[in-house]
Amino acid sequence: MAIGSFLILFILFFFSSLNPILSLYEDQVGLVDWHQQYLGKVKQAVFHTHKTGRKRVVVSTEENVVALLDLRQGEIFWRHVLGSNDVIDGIDIALGKYVITLSSGGSILRAWNLPDGQMVWESSLRGPKHSKSLLLVPTNLKIEKDNIVIIFSNGRLNAVSCIDGEVLWEKDFEGESLEVQQVIQPPGSNLIYVVGFASSSLFEMYQINALNGELLKHESAAFSGGFLGEVSPVFSETVVALDSTGLILLTVSFQNGMISFQQTPISNLVKDSFGPAKIIPSSVTGIFAIKMNAVTIVIRVTDENKLEVVEKTNHETSISDALPISEGQQAFALVQRAGPEIHLRVKLAHNWDDNLLKESVKMDQHRGLVHKIYINNYIRADKSYGFRALIVMEDHSLLLLQQGEIVWSREDGLASIIDVTTSELPVERDGVSVAKVEHNLFEWLKGHMLKLKGTLMLASPQDIAAIQSMRLKNSEKSKMTRDHNGFRKLLIVLTRAGKLFALHTGDGHIVWSYLLQSLQKSKVCQHPIGLNLYKWQVPHHHAMDENPSVLVIGKCGPSSDAPGALSFVDTYTGKELSSLSLVHSVALVIPLPYTDSTEQRLHLLIDADKHAHLYPKTPEAISIFEREFSNIYWYSVEDDNGIIKGHALRGKCTGEVADEVCFDTRELWSIVFPSESEKIIATVTRKLNEVVHTQAKVIADQEVMYKYISRNLLFVATVALKGSGEIGSVTPEESWLVAYLIDTVTGRILHRVTHHGSQGPVHAVFSENWVVYHYFNLKAHRYEMSVIEIYDQSRADNKDVWKLVLGKHNLTSPISLYSRPDVITKSQSYFFTHSVKTIAVTSTTKGITSKQLLIGTIGDQVLALEKRFLDPRRTVNPTQAEKEEGIIPLTDSLPIIPQSYVTHALRVEGLRGIITVPAKLESTTLVFAHGVDLFFTQLAPSRTYDSLTDDFNYALLLITIVALMAAIFLTWTLSERKELQENWR
Amino acid sequence: MEKGKGVLGAGRRWAVDFSDNSTAPSSRDIPDPPGFTRASVDQDDSAVSRQKKDAEANWKAQKAWEVAQAPFKNLLMMGFMMWMAGSTVHLFSIGITFSALWQPISALQGVGKVFEPYKDNKVELLGPKLLFIALNLGGLALGVWKLNTLGLLPTHASDWVSSLSPAQEVEYSGGGIPL
Repeated sequence: MAIGSFLILFILFFFSSLNPILSLYEDQVGLVDWHQQYLGKVKQAVFHTHKTGRKRVVVSTEENVVALLDLRQGEIFWRHVLGSNDVIDGIDIALGKYVITLSSGGSILRAWNLPDGQMVWESSLRGPKHSKSLLLVPTNLKIEKDNIVIIFSNGRLNAVSCIDGEVLWEKDFEGESLEVQQVIQPPGSNLIYVVGFASSSLFEMYQINALNGELLKHESAAFSGGFLGEVSPVFSETVVALDSTGLILLTVSFQNGMISFQQTPISNLVKDSFGPAKIIPSSVTGIFAIKMNAVTIVIRVTDENKLEVVEKTNHETSISDALPISEGQQAFALVQRAGPEIHLRVKLAHNWDDNLLKESVKMDQHRGLVHKIYINNYIRADKSYGFRALIVMEDHSLLLLQQGEIVWSREDGLASIIDVTTSELPVERDGVSVAKVEHNLFEWLKGHMLKLKGTLMLASPQDIAAIQSMRLKNSEKSKMTRDHNGFRKLLIVLTRAGKLFALHTGDGHIVWSYLLQSLQKSKVCQHPIGLNLYKWQVPHHHAMDENPSVLVIGKCGPSSDAPGALSFVDTYTGKELSSLSLVHSVALVIPLPYTDSTEQRLHLLIDADKHAHLYPKTPEAISIFEREFSNIYWYSVEDDNGIIKGHALRGKCTGEVADEVCFDTRELWSIVFPSESEKIIATVTRKLNEVVHTQAKVIADQEVMYKYISRNLLFVATVALKGSGEIGSVTPEESWLVAYLIDTVTGRILHRVTHHGSQGPVHAVFSENWVVYHYFNLKAHRYEMSVIEIYDQSRADNKDVWKLVLGKHNLTSPISLYSRPDVITKSQSYFFTHSVKTIAVTSTTKGITSKQLLIGTIGDQVLALEKRFLDPRRTVNPTQAEKEEGIIPLTDSLPIIPQSYVTHALRVEGLRGIITVPAKLESTTLVFAHGVDLFFTQLAPSRTYDSLTDDFNYALLLITIVALMAAIFLTWTLSERKELQENWR
Repeated sequence: MEKGKGVLGAGRRWAVDFSDNSTAPSSRDIPDPPGFTRASVDQDDSAVSRQKKDAEANWKAQKAWEVAQAPFKNLLMMGFMMWMAGSTVHLFSIGITFSALWQPISALQGVGKVFEPYKDNKVELLGPKLLFIALNLGGLALGVWKLNTLGLLPTHASDWVSSLSPAQEVEYSGGGIPL
């Protein structure tokens, strides 16, 4: 028996030491990872619905994505992410087969092949000055059989050939203060009207021959009242504008080259005025809308340029663009939200009183208002017109409505995540489990038979495919309760739309979503911005009866003294527990390392006047805070002025903001960087929740180095002011990069190193006692990565073994940062091939597992790089002892192993951030990467040493055990028999 | 043990006692044959047995010394094995080292048993026992030394601090770039 168990152990050891790769097998893709593709908030949509062929829609979004979607399911046919510096100004479809995009402030025009998304041509358009960018694709305007695209951008009007992108003619509009507002091409004519304002009180109109760009007429007329904002074209030769006060509507007609103004005070149209109005531009003939505060007024323009109010409503109204449905007829849609429903009306442009379509659709409250609507028509079986509407909601989601139903919806708000945190799932107990049980016994048996076949290698290819799909759809991983290994969690994400989503880590489905009222536009708060998410309450002791919650911090408007807003959201139910509109602003949020008896974390909010406000506002929190009062410090980095300041708390607030939880602060120290030679470009600290297992690092020959582990270290990178521009804009002599390690309690600079001839941008990550940063080396023309490790030299004398055995040392006693530190640093630099978008580091529960750097590359992939490649103790020829320690011989560049791409074959388009969360299993860490796409996976930086891997050969183990049992039984009976015979002799 | 068993003959089925040394003739049914003096036989017999006992004691003492020296051979063999195993930690070297540690310990546990057959009030067993113990201790020392060369003994400071958690800091500071 002993031999048997030994054998089993040996086999276990053998199999666990096998398979020394970090990458995945093909059939493991999708087992623990998931990938979701999004688009962002749709800015413009163009339908492409021919009578035959698939119904499709082209969209451009605020995340600078241009994509072709299937109208039936909302799936992406193809998608291009143009990047944050290539903003899309307009899209359209030309010739029925090209998607035309105008981007980068109207300077790049591209044509994409509609069915497959291949780029057909690209042309770059320049012009004399910056201006509005307008894209026009006339339907039947041809120059020598060549369809043209008309673009106004950068103060120049261009006509570009649809076929090859060649510029056919161009015309500059160089008037000093001319601001072109609209380019109008009356259908069926060869004329182009360019209208705009000059010197704020002059209305300018240019009439241009569309065939050759020749200027036919130029008229201008002054209007003493001035102009405000945009113009809306109502007829082909009439536009509507507002005067500079926003109280008078101007109907500007330029028929036959004669400009005439007609003034209509808004107060004449509606009895009670609501302050200055704003024009909502629309392309519907004869109809436009204005908005005054919360009131939307739809106005019709009659043939005699008379204005008539046709609708006045308190509901937020969106108006679609005009849709030509038959000869000379235009349809348009109006959509409004009322309670739990949205009302959709489709009307003909010249006939306001009748509705072509009137529908009410039930809509989730947490999608908010309707922001945009695009309509498209189809012909029903009875030859009447049917309409489908694509709507963009306040939470940036995209929905298709047809026949009063939501056909499909896309949660495109997830393309713009601001902040991420995690929450545990509920503990499993009766009535909590939501897992689906297998439908019936037969299915269950069949599944297990298949699995057995698979393990015994008897499965046919079809069976293998069935097993694979069973593995992928494993209901275990998307259960709504906590698991033993801590792989199942909730990812709480805050999107730019002010909506919170909870995503399940198992398969990425949305558990709940909540549109935060505190981050919605209201009378008191016109431009709310969501800022951050913090873990507010994480119950451990009361895990069974209390739910965890998160704190969402937002503020009203972009200015630094805008008042803040707090929301507390339960992460199990997705309901807002409470919300606070603050009287003070929020400049900094400091989660303190203390919790009260209900396990709510104490947070300190610093306002713009440098007062500290404590939350929660309970007497208990105040008493905890006052106990630690003298040990709490805070610092602020003023990157514009190049100053880092350290502050301490002084006492209760005095003056007008007297409050129990308000505290005054005083400045302790400041570090002023010389403004012309050093500009702060990056700061990074350790993650607050990072766990470090040990303070000692054992190196070769059993020597010990003590890590300098401090929560209060700040890494700061500065560059020369000249070198703060783009890479290559300066010579190596003019540019340098300085890296600092600063103690944020005392303001002491622990380390400073200068990299001459280097330039930003700097991406850095701080963990334990090391910092890794990435920058550009101008001399070598390559990217570089450097590592700094910091060690505590004052602890190095603790060498007496007996003292250590008996515990007579002070290595674990609390230390004050005011004691004089004696640190040494080690650093090394390596070349690195990729430019980097972001860097993160893996984190595990106990911090024992070795670390990996997760590098978000410019190709939107995540690369895992072992930390031991960035070890400053690497040498060209390591000694035997160093080799045993695992030190890799020094090379000048860091290796990029293709198998170590965490994202394998996928791309996380528009990658912005990587978050790592420890699982309960020490070897494993959960990685979430977000950008336009979302990607989640599990990583085991030192492989899963504490659990059997998924590909563990259970069949062999089973066979071995059975064989051993049989052998034991056989030998036992044989020996029994022999003994019996012996006794009979 | 084996020797003793043979002499005593516990397993015999029948026996004739030739050494009936009762001196009183009246106790017998048959008178002694003429010319036979019982006393002289008795005397002779005791001399022989004493001689025999002396020889046995000598033999026992000799054997005890032999047994006591036996671990020395073991020691040499172990040393050779250890040298063969090298100083890196793997299955073979670990096995050898642990057997080198286990053998002396088990031998030391059974010191009494090893020397039991040679127990005799005439034989001085202290010397052999001490030698036996010393040699086994030597073996143990060799094992421990090997353990140390493998780096498995906590004799360095690093072995005691490698899992010390980081020291707590009294002060706490937070902040950053204003939002």
